[in-house]
Amino acid sequence: MAVDAAMKPSALALSAAKEERVRPFRDPTSESLPVKILLIALAAAFLALVLFLPLYAVFSEALRKGLDAALLAIADHDALSAVSLTLLVAVIAVPFNLVFGVAAAWAIAKFEFKGKAFLTTLIDLPFSVSPVIAGLVYILLFGAGSFLGPVLESWGAQVLFAVPGVVLATIFVTFPFVARELIPLMQHQGTGDEEAALSLGASGWQTFWYVTLPNIKWGLLYGVLLCNARAMGEFGAVSVVSGRLRGETVTMPLQVEILYNEYNYVAAFAVAALLALLALVTLVLKALLERVYSRDHALTPGH
Amino acid sequence: MELRVANVRKEFERFPALNDVSLDIRSGELIALLGPSGSGKTTLLRLIAGLERPSAGSIFFGDEDASHKSVQDRNIGFVFQHYALFRHMTVLDNITFGLRIRKSSRRPEKAEIRRRALELLDLVQLSGLEKRYPTQLSGGQRQRVALARAMAVEPNVLLLDEPFGALDAQVRKELRRWLRDIHDRTGHTTVFVTHDQEEALELADRVVVMSKGNIEQVGTADEIYDKPVSPFVFGFIGQSSHLKVRIENGEVWFHDRVIGIKASDLPDGPATLYFRPHDIELTDGCSGCIAGLVTVSRRIAGTWHTEVDVGAGHEKIEVSLNADQSAALKGGRIAFRPRHYRIFPTN
Repeated sequence: MAVDAAMKPSALALSAAKEERVRPFRDPTSESLPVKILLIALAAAFLALVLFLPLYAVFSEALRKGLDAALLAIADHDALSAVSLTLLVAVIAVPFNLVFGVAAAWAIAKFEFKGKAFLTTLIDLPFSVSPVIAGLVYILLFGAGSFLGPVLESWGAQVLFAVPGVVLATIFVTFPFVARELIPLMQHQGTGDEEAALSLGASGWQTFWYVTLPNIKWGLLYGVLLCNARAMGEFGAVSVVSGRLRGETVTMPLQVEILYNEYNYVAAFAVAALLALLALVTLVLKALLERVYSRDHALTPGH
Repeated sequence: MELRVANVRKEFERFPALNDVSLDIRSGELIALLGPSGSGKTTLLRLIAGLERPSAGSIFFGDEDASHKSVQDRNIGFVFQHYALFRHMTVLDNITFGLRIRKSSRRPEKAEIRRRALELLDLVQLSGLEKRYPTQLSGGQRQRVALARAMAVEPNVLLLDEPFGALDAQVRKELRRWLRDIHDRTGHTTVFVTHDQEEALELADRVVVMSKGNIEQVGTADEIYDKPVSPFVFGFIGQSSHLKVRIENGEVWFHDRVIGIKASDLPDGPATLYFRPHDIELTDGCSGCIAGLVTVSRRIAGTWHTEVDVGAGHEKIEVSLNADQSAALKGGRIAFRPRHYRIFPTN
């Protein structure tokens, strides 16, 4: 109160001095019309330049000689095997990372243990390390000069320059996606629901299936989609470990580069367009999920 | 079912939450664990439930040592402060969850499960809402669903953690009476945690007052209020005033005068006098009383809350006067003597 009283005279004097320059009321969190237009135009121009233009270029290049030529390029034996390898890698890497991501998020969000901060950082490692380095690490681990490589080879298992190497590299690069998506969600939800289920006699598995999993299903799907998008599009790490054996260890992104380097532009862009199409489908699915997810969330109160 | 907590200790990473606590709970009793936050009341409840493992000591369900049994095997009903309802399940599915997940040998028939759930819904006065989702219910309704869910498994003991803590005052009062009513009808042994003394005193058969990981006193509402055994209980339950005094030869001294209270069974030395601010008699002269200048007097409804400056050290002490006694305030100086009091020697 004493402070208020002391402030009053000076505040009055200030407002009197500025009386001529009183500004009309405006929504305090909004901008004036010219500023709005400028900001929106800037954003739109930027989006057009870095997103829509390249996407348009990919499709227009692919269709430069007509749809038939593009389809023919995709129907090529090497291209088809690249598509099937890409899908195979995704089909292996995504479920693996789904299981790993759920397990890691479960451990980090629901339990206290020593080294938790370290584990969290470790999960982020593939995000911060360049994919090329990730690939080189596998060369060191499984290459001819390593300990593991010759041992595995003597058992008839070829890792490098073969499908297992491609899968391993992809798993490494994509493994944070699911865990990263789930950790904040599960931390927010806490352990109350699980304790309730256990107190009602549910076993650990029952609690997971009937309580934890339904609680995280939207976040999990979202993480899986992101993981899938990255698994199909990964170039750097795969490029290092694959050996680029045509029709054997070449995935779609590698196939695009090979075709491009051979000046076979139509084929390169046709495969690129197909890859972009897969990514777009993923994004549309993601957008749909987000809508459902946010609707679910809007109904959920803070606790 | 009878419960017995025997010499239980609990530490969280070296930090003691409960020190050597023992408690007997009779079958069918409604018990309140009352204390400020950090007193260990929720820890004790979670230990009984099996959601925590004691660092030492045992917990008996009947004659059986349940200390090493998992929460699933103890067959308890636990009601959480924030309900912890399964948000993707309907009210009916929430209530039947505990029965549906049982092994087929112990699981009742589908129709029987449904019948039992609807009966419980009726008991918690939510008939007709079985198809709703938790998000479509009010806080009070959710808590009642949580209680029905806990009772559906026919638990040995019902444990409630601050069951009304997240609700507003009006709903709290209603649910309180309603819980008492349900308890009287079903007869479950029930333990609930609260920091609200009114809730504990009104609802419970016996109240367990806890502080800093210890049980201070166990007793009925009357015992706790009328015969508090420690300064903490006296100060925590209801209004209280206290005054630093000295005991000499069975007489209570305040500075250089006796205040007209005998303490023949207490040893000589410093002590603290506790009394209820309203439980005093005004005296005229002052041969054996507490006297002082009135510094502030605020009237709240029919009571005058009065602060009195007593003695040389300017100690402030609060008394409550009723309408008849308030006339004494005019003089600016009052003299009084507590009618009922407790004196605790200062260690």
